Amino acid sequence: MGFDPSYAARTFTSVGTRPVRPDGVDKVTGRARYGADFNMPGQLVGRILRSPHAHARIKGIDASKAEALKGVRAVITASDLPDLTNDNSDLHDILDNCMARKKALYDGHAVAAVAAIDARTARRALDLIEVDYEVLAHVTDVDEAMKSSAPLLHDTVFTGGVEPKPTTASNITNRTQYGHGDVEAGFKEADVVIERSFKTEQTHQGYIEPHACVASVNPDGTCEMWVCTQGHFVYRQQCAQLLGLDVSKLRVTSSEIGGGFGGKTHIWAEPIALALSRKAGRPVKLVMSREEVFRASGPTSATSIDVKIGARNDGTITSASATLRYSCGPYTGPWAMLGAMTSFACYDLKHVKTIGYEVLVNRPKTAAYRAPSAPMAAFAVESVIDELAQKIGIDPVEFRIKNAAKEGTKSSYGPVFGPIGIGPTLEAAQKHPHMSAPLGRNQGRGLACGFWFNFGGQTCTDLNIGSDGTVTLTVGTVDVGGSRASLSLVAAEELGIPYAQVQTVVADTGSLGYNDMTDGSRGTFSSSMATISAARNAIGVMRERAARMWDIPVDDVVWEGGHARAVGEKHGNLSPLSVKDIAAVAGKTGGPVAGHSELVADGAGVSFATHICDVEVDPDTGATKILRYTVVQDAGKAVHPAYVEGQYQGGAAQGIGGALNEEYVYGEDGCLQNHGFLDYRVPVCSDLPMIGTQILEIPNPNHPYGVRGVGETSIVPPLAAVANAVSNAVGVRMTHIPMSPPRILAALEAARAH
Amino acid sequence: MTRHATTLAMREWRKVMSGIAVSTTINGDDVEFLCQFEETLLDVLRDHLGLIGAKEGCSTGDCGACSVIVDGRLVCSCLVLGAEAEGHHIETIEGMATGDKLHPLQAKFLEHAALQCGFCTPGFLMAAKYLLASNPDPTEEQIRFGLAGNLCRCTGYDKIVRAVQDAARVMRGD
Amino acid sequence: MVEVTLWGALGTAAGGKETLEVEAKDIRELFRKLVEQHPALGPFIERGIAVSIDGVIYRDTWSKELPKDAEIFLLPRLAGG
Repeated sequence: MGFDPSYAARTFTSVGTRPVRPDGVDKVTGRARYGADFNMPGQLVGRILRSPHAHARIKGIDASKAEALKGVRAVITASDLPDLTNDNSDLHDILDNCMARKKALYDGHAVAAVAAIDARTARRALDLIEVDYEVLAHVTDVDEAMKSSAPLLHDTVFTGGVEPKPTTASNITNRTQYGHGDVEAGFKEADVVIERSFKTEQTHQGYIEPHACVASVNPDGTCEMWVCTQGHFVYRQQCAQLLGLDVSKLRVTSSEIGGGFGGKTHIWAEPIALALSRKAGRPVKLVMSREEVFRASGPTSATSIDVKIGARNDGTITSASATLRYSCGPYTGPWAMLGAMTSFACYDLKHVKTIGYEVLVNRPKTAAYRAPSAPMAAFAVESVIDELAQKIGIDPVEFRIKNAAKEGTKSSYGPVFGPIGIGPTLEAAQKHPHMSAPLGRNQGRGLACGFWFNFGGQTCTDLNIGSDGTVTLTVGTVDVGGSRASLSLVAAEELGIPYAQVQTVVADTGSLGYNDMTDGSRGTFSSSMATISAARNAIGVMRERAARMWDIPVDDVVWEGGHARAVGEKHGNLSPLSVKDIAAVAGKTGGPVAGHSELVADGAGVSFATHICDVEVDPDTGATKILRYTVVQDAGKAVHPAYVEGQYQGGAAQGIGGALNEEYVYGEDGCLQNHGFLDYRVPVCSDLPMIGTQILEIPNPNHPYGVRGVGETSIVPPLAAVANAVSNAVGVRMTHIPMSPPRILAALEAARAH
Repeated sequence: MTRHATTLAMREWRKVMSGIAVSTTINGDDVEFLCQFEETLLDVLRDHLGLIGAKEGCSTGDCGACSVIVDGRLVCSCLVLGAEAEGHHIETIEGMATGDKLHPLQAKFLEHAALQCGFCTPGFLMAAKYLLASNPDPTEEQIRFGLAGNLCRCTGYDKIVRAVQDAARVMRGD
Repeated sequence: MVEVTLWGALGTAAGGKETLEVEAKDIRELFRKLVEQHPALGPFIERGIAVSIDGVIYRDTWSKELPKDAEIFLLPRLAGG
């Protein structure tokens, strides 16, 4: 489509302002409809039966009593889901995760499902399904699972990425390695070397809205589904593949979404709802309970990480290495690989080596969670960086600035960096008033850097101009946090019209071409690029129409200040035409006026942030209070600054929760003990202070306005920033996240014993 | 954080067909409905009365997304049985605006961008309304503890607190 | 002629080679030639891989041109949240 995405400096009238979002009134009045707020006539209630065992062979399922229960319209097991995955192992893992085929691989793994006329009947039906389990030994700890004595989840797994290929099966699916130079030679050059091991526990994205969908498979083969998702096009694609449906016959509408953070980029119950509907011949509404969300939708990896960094007394890092072990749940994933790639990405290193191991455990399938894998790696690396700075006697910010990656640095994961923003975030943090706030007894300050890739991807938008001159912008990227406001601002900016004249809506899969998910910090970046492209196309059309209306060559028409203007002396008496003027006669000049864009947005670049955290730790209880928190991050160009700030604050809050309290607790039986918000403790309002934000704007050269992705990076530094702060407050290096009160007390006790 | 389930005098339940008939007042309107004994007030609001503003986030009273006000008291509707609504005054998010005029809290939430996904927002607005009714000039700490029964995963609470502070100022007429 | 560096699992699939020389003007031609030389890369390319050109990461857009002397890195598909 010949769209040039290169950055052009300009002054903005709409972009950079803070208007109220278009979907806002619906959300404050309770009118907005989320996944569970939709109903279809005749719908049945779907419920899922889940394994109570962490690891068990399914010898047989007898659903006859459930099927016979009055009011039950369908019961399904894996035998109702034939394998159509065509040797695609990723897709097969998804299928098996949606419903266990041979083995239950975690506590909560779906084994059967029912559709009944009401909730009470559905519950009773689940109780009547008889599953013959052969309970097997289980393993839930990432290090335990790597041992040769560990129970095996699949006896067909032979570690990839290892030469020679192993002959014994294990739970380690893959080994990946990144880096350059000679780390051993580098360590020899160092004056100080610090080597430490760290552990982080598993956390959940914690979105307040449980997964919910209403699915309807009609007798003529057409299907529709209403679902809360970060990517309705992807859900459509995968559900169609798994169920053998025609993609074009499955229409998926994304509801408003009550949080996702990566957890709603995967399908869980949706294929089950479709399969139930197909069997029952009626729509099925399937909503997961909070307990099911924790037990059976994807959390992060639990990790075990070793880091070794060496530096000279002048503060130059000479060598860095890390070995990262990440749990994947029962199926392989790219988690350790991502950790290995991001570990040292903030630094300019001559010698660096990272090795990642993907490890299978009897826990739910690991899913993406906001900059997946990066926060844990950053925790380990930034902790050692801090310790090293202290040992050498150099200011921790100075130390990082001295070794910061910059344009031309060969990254630890391979490519050389273009113009990037780690240095500026560090320098801004250094100057920030937070750094001079006084600290008292039992208080400590911590600082950390974070890195994340940002994605582009397939994006389609339609910009349609109504006969009254108002604009409808139709996009396909789900709005998770206010992007409709940002996109309306972008359309208003390009067209030169007021924000209030633009209405942005998210379309269903039948109304637009394929759109990648809202993940990878790509929502505003990609959709704004497509919006600009569509707007420029629409402007081209409007110039032509104006030329026709004036009967002059189109080359004599420019678009300026929201109007078509005739240029040249001989057209001096032609008054400018507004969007409304042109739209009013569109039917006569060639039909409806619109601009379209189907593009692959690329060049999103990478994103850096620096966080500063002050804590106070009570030495008697081990409780930690966050006193101050500041996020410094580069946004390229903040389209709607309030929503950029919101991303910074939200990511920081999730990271703080992960640093201090959030973890999956497993019993001896391998079952999840804390599958509710009471004991899976996310931050509440009284846990946090105001979260300071500083938005840097170093333009991204690959976007017309310089926009960068912002959504994920803010969760990368907090584990480290809080850990450094706590370590400084108590004088003991913390190596196990979360630093819950019992862990802090134990660390203090252990230090006293020495 | 604890919530008090509304304690009510036991009345004689009238059993009609296979449900319990309930008469109550919701947002000022007289409402009658039929519910199963095990249905919560949240189930009734959402499934029988079309009042979908209250959300189910956990069904164990931990997240506050289902918050409503019963006889002037903030409760988790997932912890109240539908049958217990008999004879009481219930306020939900749908009753917060007056016609087409938003309540100052609603307006300030929008102005301060105090919502991202918006799922927790109805619950927060109910809780904030309840807080300001009993404490019209709260400190930041009082606001934070007053809202500690409502979980938000998107915002980190910063802009929510600012919105409540600003709305309180408007409501006091400062 | 472009020099392409393979990282992670891709390197192993190409018989342990980290860098390959390939004659290609755009991503599509690059992928075709790579699979010709190393069929084991086929499944990875089908699933989707990330291409870094002079430090900027792109999805696998066939028409994306490979500038002369550009630094090309192939990485497995990244997941975001």
